[in-house]
Amino acid sequence: MGKFMQGYLDEQFMELEELQDDANPNFVEEVAASYFKDSARLINNIDQALRRGPLDFNRLDSYMHQFKGSSTSIGASKVKTECTMFREYCRAGNAEGCLRTFQELKKEHATLRKKLEHYFQVQASDQLCVINQLQNMC
Amino acid sequence: MAGEVPNLAESKLRALVVDDNLVNQMTHHKLLDRLGIQNDVVCNGQEAVDVHCSGRNYDLILMDMEMRIMNGIQATKILREMGIESKIAGVTTRAEEEERKEFMEAGLNYFQEKPLTISKLVSILHNLDFCVQNQNHTKFF
Repeated sequence: MGKFMQGYLDEQFMELEELQDDANPNFVEEVAASYFKDSARLINNIDQALRRGPLDFNRLDSYMHQFKGSSTSIGASKVKTECTMFREYCRAGNAEGCLRTFQELKKEHATLRKKLEHYFQVQASDQLCVINQLQNMC
Repeated sequence: MAGEVPNLAESKLRALVVDDNLVNQMTHHKLLDRLGIQNDVVCNGQEAVDVHCSGRNYDLILMDMEMRIMNGIQATKILREMGIESKIAGVTTRAEEEERKEFMEAGLNYFQEKPLTISKLVSILHNLDFCVQNQNHTKFF
């Protein structure tokens, strides 16, 4: 996975890569696409919930539980850390903490998205190189 | 790693994944596929109950704890009340001791922390006594 992804993705991501095979050659990319679709929805829900005052901490905690679950399953370690912190602020009823942590979470999420997009592009062009080399050998 | 993964296709085990999270559904489905275990996926406890009411049954159920509409604790209780004797493994992110106890008491056979991996799934199968004999009649577990 390399230094490029270090800190952003943990060993769970490597577990997903181990599951990729000839039957599902794009498995990891498909899981990542589902994750970003799901998390975009959750970010939107949380954004809206944070604009309503007073904050419904139970609802926010419930959204974040889902977000943390997805993030854990894909190995998104930095995002997961922010989710955990957000939930602690929810439990403490700390609105400012929630708002601040959510801004960080969105930044980490956006960074992860860019890194993964780049990662899949590099993988695809590596595969193309290999195919070209094999064709040149024939 | 691929060489060490047991293939349970000959055992004809059937599993049910019960989870409301799409990423988990995809991952757990693929994990079971990799072990050669045919499996269905449903989105919550209510669907897990419904699929049994429609007559399907499974050797193994991977049951998430927190789900909307009907959670894993309620679904497990109902399935046991229906007389379903399948092995049910509760799968959830780290839960408080009391929550785990409540989930186990609902009728689980085993409990495993998410995220699931090949080795955790193999551990579930081992702990639930799923024995498989290959062509040479050698037990895997």
